[in-house]
Amino acid sequence: MTPGGRRECPMTLDPRGPRFAATITSVVLVLVLVTGSGWLALAQAVVFGIGAVSIRHAPYPVLYRRFVAVRLRPPTEREAAEPVRFAQGLGFVFLTVGTVGYLAGAPVVGVVATALGLAAAFLNAAFGLCLGCEVYLLLRRPTSRA
Amino acid sequence: MRSAWTGLLVAVVVLLAASAFGLARRVRDGRLRTVADAGHRDLLLRLGVRPDTPVTLLQFSSAICAPCRATARLCAEVATATDGVHHVDVDAAVHLDAVRALGIMRTPTLLVVDSDGRIVRRAAGQPPTRDGLTAAVNAAMAGGSAR
Repeated sequence: MTPGGRRECPMTLDPRGPRFAATITSVVLVLVLVTGSGWLALAQAVVFGIGAVSIRHAPYPVLYRRFVAVRLRPPTEREAAEPVRFAQGLGFVFLTVGTVGYLAGAPVVGVVATALGLAAAFLNAAFGLCLGCEVYLLLRRPTSRA
Repeated sequence: MRSAWTGLLVAVVVLLAASAFGLARRVRDGRLRTVADAGHRDLLLRLGVRPDTPVTLLQFSSAICAPCRATARLCAEVATATDGVHHVDVDAAVHLDAVRALGIMRTPTLLVVDSDGRIVRRAAGQPPTRDGLTAAVNAAMAGGSAR
């Protein structure tokens, strides 16, 4: 992207929003692990699902915009929505598996899937790690072997 | 009650392991490692590296990659500011053969290519610092045969 011919991105986000959402997600996932509650896992799976479809309507970003962003200065930089949606989709897959594990009486499956979701959410919250950057190529590399 | 302690233990282990991973990434990200890879000249030419260019910054990006934009902006600025530097930004998903051949694991990955088509530096993850990239470009320019 050159300074002269700036490409308009279809949708951009305040980068602090996803970090805020990932922090809440991390707390919720620790609670899921401690309580072993399949219903709490289901709730987080639904939250991830909404985020994967439409990040603007996801519950945690709505909280961020309504209660946090209004107290902060406008962001100096905005980031693309696509990486965030990808991470939400991946979270949805983890937590759906986790929910099924907990509710179907296979708590080990629930714990492992939730733990993977927690690792991803915490890395995003604490280090701003771009999950899509890490796994996208690893997922794509084997799929189209020439 | 036992499962609550197990769950808490799992949470603590996950948070510690993730912290170690995140810190390791923070140390390594954006560091322009010195490499010496002369075996991919034809592949690099196919990706858009011009044979007569003193230094090419070849960047692999993907659509779902937040730091790719910052890396692209830095490379474009350095290419504009420095004579003989060309920035090429390719979509990794479109060039999976090159991704495999060059062992690229994540985006953005930045390769510094000299005039002989050798990959002399390589960085992944967060963008390098401007000073670091400028120094790498200067070193590559001095090392290539088309001085």
